[in-house]
Amino acid sequence: MELMVNGSPVALTSDRDTPLLTALRDELGLTGTRFGCGQGLCGACFVDVDGTVVPACQTPVWQVEGASVTTVEGLSRDGEPHPVQQAVLDRQAAQCGFCISGVLVRAAALLRDEPDADADRVAEALDRNLCRCGTHRRIVEAVLTAREHA
Amino acid sequence: MTELPAHVVTNPRLGTWVTVADGLVEVHVGKVELGQGILTALAQIAADALALPVERLRVVPAHTVHGPDQGSTSGSLSVFQAGPALRHVGAVVRALADPSSPGYVDRVGALDPDTDLTTAPTAGDVPAAAVGRSEPRLDLPDKVLGRPRYLSDLRPEGLLHGRVLRPPSPAARLRSLDPDWKATGVELVRDGSFLGVVGEREVDVDRALEQLARDALWDEEDTLPDETAVAEWLRAGPHETIEVLDEEPPEGALSASYSKPLLVHASIAPSAALARWEGDRLLVQTHSQGIHQLRAAIAGALDLDPTTVVVEHVENAGCYGHNAADDAAFDAVLLARAVPGRPVLLRWTRADELSWAPLSPAMTATVSASIRDGRISGWSYEVWSTGHTSRPGSRATPSLLAGAHLATPVPLPQPTDPPPARGGGTTRNAVPGYDVGPRRVVGHRRVDSPFRTSAMRALGAYFNVFAVESFMDELALAAGADPVELRLAHLSDPRAAHVVAEAARLSGWSEPVPDEVGRGLGYARYKDKGAYCAVVAEVAVTSSVDVRRLTVVADVGVVVNPDGARNQLEGGATQAVSWTTKERVRFDRRRITSTDWEQYPLLTFSEAPQVEVHLVDSSATSVGAGEAAQGPTAAAVANAVHRALGVRVRDLPLDAASVVRAIEQSE
Ligand code: FES
Ligand code: FES
Repeated sequence: MELMVNGSPVALTSDRDTPLLTALRDELGLTGTRFGCGQGLCGACFVDVDGTVVPACQTPVWQVEGASVTTVEGLSRDGEPHPVQQAVLDRQAAQCGFCISGVLVRAAALLRDEPDADADRVAEALDRNLCRCGTHRRIVEAVLTAREHA
Repeated sequence: MTELPAHVVTNPRLGTWVTVADGLVEVHVGKVELGQGILTALAQIAADALALPVERLRVVPAHTVHGPDQGSTSGSLSVFQAGPALRHVGAVVRALADPSSPGYVDRVGALDPDTDLTTAPTAGDVPAAAVGRSEPRLDLPDKVLGRPRYLSDLRPEGLLHGRVLRPPSPAARLRSLDPDWKATGVELVRDGSFLGVVGEREVDVDRALEQLARDALWDEEDTLPDETAVAEWLRAGPHETIEVLDEEPPEGALSASYSKPLLVHASIAPSAALARWEGDRLLVQTHSQGIHQLRAAIAGALDLDPTTVVVEHVENAGCYGHNAADDAAFDAVLLARAVPGRPVLLRWTRADELSWAPLSPAMTATVSASIRDGRISGWSYEVWSTGHTSRPGSRATPSLLAGAHLATPVPLPQPTDPPPARGGGTTRNAVPGYDVGPRRVVGHRRVDSPFRTSAMRALGAYFNVFAVESFMDELALAAGADPVELRLAHLSDPRAAHVVAEAARLSGWSEPVPDEVGRGLGYARYKDKGAYCAVVAEVAVTSSVDVRRLTVVADVGVVVNPDGARNQLEGGATQAVSWTTKERVRFDRRRITSTDWEQYPLLTFSEAPQVEVHLVDSSATSVGAGEAAQGPTAAAVANAVHRALGVRVRDLPLDAASVVRAIEQSE
């Protein structure tokens, strides 16, 4: 099964029903995409598939055949962190950071699609990402800061 | 130096604390990163103690062989305990290796690791350079860039994945499983009612686990109380009584009862661990809060010589108390025992994480007092709970979940409470911080809990402060007094009065708000000797309780890392809003039913309030910030709900159902 992951072609040997999350972490060694629930309810595993953010835990690999997948590892550009990654670091907008991969993928897609999103829209866009550490407002602030550089 | 820090006395070897590798000074600490930023704060303290910039140090994660034993990372004690020890170690290193001339790091590397820190000379204090600065967190770049950093990212040679099938309910016992049970790509591990699978591919172990769940048959029992009558169940006993104070107060004219449901840690990552048996040595990588206690518990449960068990800390998602980390470590050990020489990476499922991890206890309390001419005279407080610790090491028994399911069981102990010197559990912050005349404070711990309850952030303080501070507002209302004025009139500690007054001032306490909006305040000094914290909440009550803004003022003594302390207070307050307005473990008479994020919802991004944190300038001893805001936040929200609605909601969570019930009762 062939697809693009972070701009490079890859061939997966995992069977067709393997969740994309398992294929990324176990077969490709891309552990940046996190396992949080395996039920599509926490957003820790969000990846971008051809411009749409999906939970990788609920996406069987047959669905991404020929698609272009971007994970948190693929957000950086020319070795530089993505503006939203940089903004999260600048604002120290994480505590344990376990939610942050999925948050970053969602936020990067939002800034691409809606570069003028305001605070309410950013928060709403992140409502399918759970954060247990209570870093919500810092994250929203960081995303708003990143708007200027995205 | 007058008195030696306790952790230097118990870990007197220099080489336990400081080594040199690749031109960096490695500082070994026994405190662990739980997402709270402690490694960064300790690096700042160590950098100053060693007279080096932070960049010349590497803080090495806790290890039972190579690092000091600093007990568990809990109770907001890390900086308080580790700070003095690191300062002492640094003073010895500076005395022996002279930081003022070139080649200092090499000289540190050449020091005798067996140097006795308790008798070695020490150099005088040096001025702070790193402490007091908002150093960026050392661990965040890896986490934000998606690099391997968490336990579940470990990929050692020969890795096997593991899963455990937990019984369907707390009292369930395995009735039957086909002795020839098989699934593709996995090996079954079975010991009594403990069932697990190990295999090379994650997809295989996940599928095998589902198959195993379908094929195993269990005997189950109804052992849980009625979810709608937990407060009554707590009050019914049997109990162990905890007499805190009895100054024989007169009977109070006003009285009220409050309650809190069971809560769960609900970390975003399920617990995980990696274990490997190598000959007669057992290696464990864990996100436990107490690696030394865990080592003793594993050795105790399996009758091993503790010196053959090596435990190392590796980070996982946020830890807010005694979660399933230790249990997961023991699961990994049991699975790895079936495949000697192979490392097994064990991960819990989300459902197990929400139902089998230790829970934060349900609690209820009744408080009564009288108020005359604006003075509170006499105060009685009784609180009921199950125990607030089941930690390994808190009892003589191992207290590891899988132990209870083995063919030769190692039963789980009843939950208990930490000793009063550590702040207690049920009665933590049960004594009001006000001058209220004669007081009676007593706790009742129900001793036959079918729930495995244990420590979650702030322990009993979250609920006790909610109850005490709600009642302070009830007294203010009865007396026709402003809640802030009433508090200030009963606070003789100037640091306490300061945070309350500041929170009121900074939140615009007396400015008018729209009709459906209320402002409320909550205050406490955590554990009566830790951080002072006052919170003002601004809450809109429409069809739900919408917490819009929190103003948090905290006095945590000398601040090691201001932004880190703010982040902890913001996070603690926001998490407390989630507990207070949404969370409740659901169960029927047999099993816990809130096993996914839909049945145990957390605060969302849209629901998260604005949080402004103000740190008081202070030269007092540093204390932790991570547990200071929970109780005050809960109380502030409850008091704000009352001001918005004119109705007192006394049962947590303050969700729509609870508000409707309180309105009905008040009519
Ligand atoms: S792990 Fe995929 S949504 Fe939670
Ligand atoms: S920072 Fe820990 S879950 Fe978001």
